[in-house]
Amino acid sequence: MRRSRFYNLVRKEFAHVFRDRKTLLILFGMPVVQIIIFGFALTNEVRDASVLIVDHARDEVSRAIVEKMRASEYFDVEEVAALRDDEVRRAFQSGRARLAVVFPPRLGTDLQHFGNGSVQIIADASDPNSAQTLTSYFTQLLIDYQRHLSGGTLVKGIRTEVKMLYNPRLEGAHNFVPGVMALVLMIVCVLMTSVSIVREKQTGTMEVLLVSPTRPELVILSKAVPYLLLSIVNILSILLLSVFVLNLPIAGNAGLLLMVSIVFIITSLSLGLLISVKAETQEAAMLVALLGMFLPTLLFSGFMFPIENMPLALQYFSNVVPAKWYYLAVQDIMLKGSGFRSIWQEVLILSVMTLLFLVVSLKNFRTRLA
Amino acid sequence: MNDRAIWTQDLTKRFGDFYAVRGISFEVSRGEIFGFLGANGAGKTTAIRMLTGLTRPSSGHAQVAGFDVYREAEKIKWHIGYMSQRFSLYEDLTVAENIWFFGGIYGLPTRTLSAKREELIALLGLEGERNKLVRDLPLGWRQKLAFSVAVLHQPTIVFLDEPTGGVDPLTRRQFWDLIYQEATKGMTIFVTTHYMDEAEYCNRVSIMVDGSIAALDSPVALREQFNAASMDEVFYLLARQARRTEH
Amino acid sequence: MRTVWFLLIKEFRQIFRNPTLVRIIFLVPVMQLLILPLAADYEIRNITLAVVDHDRSSASRELVSKIAASTYFLVASAPATYASALRSVEEGDCDIILEIPHGFGRELARDQNTTVMIAANAINGVKAGLGSSYLGAIINEFSGGVLVQHRKVRREGIVVMSVNWFNPQMNYALFMVPGILAVLVTMMGSYMAALNIVREKETGTIEQVNVTPIRKHHFILGKLIPFWILGMVVFTIGLIVGRIAYGVVPEGSVVLLYGFVALFLLSIMGLGLLISTYAATQQQAMFISFFFIMIFILLSGLFTSIESMPAWAQVISRMNPVTYFVEVMRMVILKGSSALDILPQAGAVLIFGVVFTLWAVMNYRKTS
Repeated sequence: MRRSRFYNLVRKEFAHVFRDRKTLLILFGMPVVQIIIFGFALTNEVRDASVLIVDHARDEVSRAIVEKMRASEYFDVEEVAALRDDEVRRAFQSGRARLAVVFPPRLGTDLQHFGNGSVQIIADASDPNSAQTLTSYFTQLLIDYQRHLSGGTLVKGIRTEVKMLYNPRLEGAHNFVPGVMALVLMIVCVLMTSVSIVREKQTGTMEVLLVSPTRPELVILSKAVPYLLLSIVNILSILLLSVFVLNLPIAGNAGLLLMVSIVFIITSLSLGLLISVKAETQEAAMLVALLGMFLPTLLFSGFMFPIENMPLALQYFSNVVPAKWYYLAVQDIMLKGSGFRSIWQEVLILSVMTLLFLVVSLKNFRTRLA
Repeated sequence: MNDRAIWTQDLTKRFGDFYAVRGISFEVSRGEIFGFLGANGAGKTTAIRMLTGLTRPSSGHAQVAGFDVYREAEKIKWHIGYMSQRFSLYEDLTVAENIWFFGGIYGLPTRTLSAKREELIALLGLEGERNKLVRDLPLGWRQKLAFSVAVLHQPTIVFLDEPTGGVDPLTRRQFWDLIYQEATKGMTIFVTTHYMDEAEYCNRVSIMVDGSIAALDSPVALREQFNAASMDEVFYLLARQARRTEH
Repeated sequence: MRTVWFLLIKEFRQIFRNPTLVRIIFLVPVMQLLILPLAADYEIRNITLAVVDHDRSSASRELVSKIAASTYFLVASAPATYASALRSVEEGDCDIILEIPHGFGRELARDQNTTVMIAANAINGVKAGLGSSYLGAIINEFSGGVLVQHRKVRREGIVVMSVNWFNPQMNYALFMVPGILAVLVTMMGSYMAALNIVREKETGTIEQVNVTPIRKHHFILGKLIPFWILGMVVFTIGLIVGRIAYGVVPEGSVVLLYGFVALFLLSIMGLGLLISTYAATQQQAMFISFFFIMIFILLSGLFTSIESMPAWAQVISRMNPVTYFVEVMRMVILKGSSALDILPQAGAVLIFGVVFTLWAVMNYRKTS
C-alpha cells in the first residue's frame, strides 16, 4: 500500500520535471557544455605572458637568453630599445606587459671575467601568482642556459631526474575536470531540489499533499527521486565526455567512481531539500543556492586553490563542504587509480552529511505543519 | 466617441489547431451592464484578454472605447479598468500604497490622488486598515478594494473577471452596489461570473459555449426563449451541449 | 517619467518589506568577501616532501636540511623505500618524493656525477612543475656550493635580481579582493532583476501592469533602477569591507571605478533582463542565469589566466563582460590605471549592455 502511494508521488514529480522543457534542456545540456569548456580552457599555468625586454648588453649571452625566451611558450617577448621606470609602470598599468627584463651592459664579459653577472626583472605583482610563476620560469630558463653553456658534462654535480606522477603530460584537465564535476553536480542538484518544496508551499498544493495519508518523509523523498535519476544521466555523460573528449582516462574502477558520484549526488540533493524546507519563498531558496553556494563550493572544494594554503580556520571549514570530499574521492579513483580502501572515509563522511541534512529537513518539515 | 463601448466581429483566437475563441460578434453600449457567461474553458478569459489588449487576436475585428484592438491597444488601456481573476492588487503593499500606485500610474495628479485616496478609504470603511498589507485583508474587502482601484481613474469601461469568486453573499451584494454606483455614473461594466443570480443584475447577458456565443439577450428574454424558470436553468440547458469543460 | 517614479516607490517598498531578501542581498556578499580572499591563495608553500635517503651520509643529510630550511618545503617523512613513499602520495599525505641514491655522498666527494630522483604528484600540474623546479634550484645551489668548496670551479652564474611592483608583499588576498567583489556584484546584478521580473510573470502580477498604459520602457526602467542602486550599494559595502578587512585601498581613481561599475551593472542587468524574457518560471530563470554566470566567472580570468587558455576559449573570454570587469577592478584598484587604460574595456562592456538591453526590450511584449 505505501509503496504504490510513493510510486504515484514519484510519477507526479517526474511529470512536473519533464513538462518543463527549457529547464530540462539546461539540466542536461549545462553540465555537458561546462565540462567541455572548462576541461579545455581552465589551467593554472601561465602561458604567453607579455614580457618587455631591454638588452643593454647585446652580446652572445644576452642574445642567447632572449632567443630562449622567444622560443619558450611561457613568454611573449617584445623588445624595446630603452625603458624608464615610469614607462614600465605605464606598461603594467595598461596591461601591455606583466614582466620587464633588463640585461645590463657587459653581461657576457662580466660572466667570463668575474664569473658573476646579474639580470634584473621587474614583475607586475598585482597578480602574485603570475609574478611568482614567471619569475620562477625565468630563473629556470637561466639555469638551463648556464648548464648548456658549460656543456653539461663539464660541470660535475648533482643531476635531477624528474618524474610526474598520475599526470605525466601536466594537463590542466586532470586537476580541473574532477573539480568542475564536483561543482556542477553540487550546484545543479541543490538548485533542483531547493525549489521543489518551497514552490509547493507557496502555491498551496503542499497542504493538499500533507492532508493526504502519505507520510511526510515520502513526500520529501519523492521530490528528490526524478532529480536523482537525472543526475545519474548527467554524471554518466560527464564521465563519457571526460574520457573520450578530454582524454582523461579513468585509472581506477569506473563502477566505484559511479557509486561515489551517486552518494555525492544524494548528499547534494539532500542539501537542496534542506534549503527548500527552511526557505519561505522560492526566491529566497534560489538566491541562497546561487549566491551563497557557488563561490564557497568553488573555493573550498580544493581544486582551484590548495586547501593546505588556507588559514587553519578555513581548512577546518572546508571539511564541512561536501564537494571537498567528493573531489578527493574522484581524484583518488580517477587519477590515482585507488580502490575503495582509500575512499571509504570520504564515502562515510558524505553519508553522514546526507543523513544529517535529511533528518533536519524532516524535523523542520514536521514542525511547520504543527 | 460613439455609443458603442465594445464592438466585436468574428473575433477569433486560435492556438495551433485549437480555437479558444471562435468568431464571436457582439456589441456593448455605453453604460450597459453586460454579463459575459460561460462554463470554465468556454473561452471567456481569452476573450477578455483580447479586449483588454493582453492578447492579440488571430483574426476578426474589435473596438474598445472606439479604439481598434490591433493598432491602438495602448490607447485603449487609458480608458479601461481591469480586475483579473487571479490578482489585482499587490499583496505586499498596503491598502493606501496600492491606491497611490495605481492612481499614479493612470496619471492622476498628486493632489487629486491624495484626495481620492482618502475618499476611497472612507467610502470602503477601511480607515483602520489603511496601513495593512493587502494579503492580510479578508477576501471580501480585498475584492471591493480591487474594484475601487480598477475604477479610480474613472475609465469608460471596466472589465471584471469573476470578481465575486469565493466571497460570501452579503459581500457579493455590497460589491454589486459598488458596481451599480459606477454604472449609474455612466460606466460600462463588462463582467464574467459563475453566479447565475448575478446574471439577473445585468442589462444583457451572453453565454459562451465551446468558444462561440450560444445566446445573447436580456435575462428576461433568455428565460422566455428557453422556457426556463431561472438563468441557472438557461445556463444548464446550453452548457450541457458543451464539449469543452475545464482548460 | 512620472510613471517611473511611482514604479520605483512600489519596487523599493516591496524589496524592503521582504527581510529575508534584504538579508541575503547584503549579508551574503559581505560574508563571502570576508572569507573567500583568505582561501584564494596560489602561493607555493609548505609542499610536503618525503625523502627516501638510501645514502644517509653527511652530504645527503646536509642536502635535506638545506631543503627543509626553505619555506617552500616541509620535509614530512623519511620512508625507507620508494614504494612506501609512493603510498603516502597516494593517500595524499605527501606531494613530492625525493630519492637520494646509495653512494650519493661518496660520488660527490669524488667530483663524480650523481643523480637524484624527484617524483611529484602532478594532478595539479603547476604545483608539481613549480615544486620540482624549486627543488631542482635548491639542489643546484647545493651542488654549486659543493663544487666551490672543492675549489673545482669558481662561483659561476647569473643571478636574477627581481623586484615586485604593486604588491611587493605578494599578498594574494590583495589580489583576490577586487576580483571576488567583481564576481559578487555580477551575481547580484544578474540574478536579482531577472528573478524579480520572472516572479511577476509567474504569479501573474505582470498582467496587472500590462493592462495599464504603462509604457514598456518605463516598466523596464522601473525594474532596473532599484536593482542597479542595490548593486552600487553592495559594491560600496564591498569596498569598505575590503578596506577594513584587507587594507585594500584603490590606487587609482575611485570615481573612475564607480563610473565603470555603474556601466557594468547596467550591462549585466541587461543580460538578466534578457534571460527574464525567455524564462516562464523562476526555476528556469535561475538555471539559465546560473549557466551563463558560471561560464562567465570561470572564464573571466579571475582564477586562471586568459592568455593560457586555448584560442577558442580566449574568444569566449573576450565576449564575456565579466572578464572586462575583473580586469578593470584589478587595474584600477591595484595598479592605479587611468581612464585611458580602461577605455577598451569600458567600450566592450558598453556594447554588451546595449545589445542585451535592446534585445530584451524588443522581446518584452505587453501583448502576447
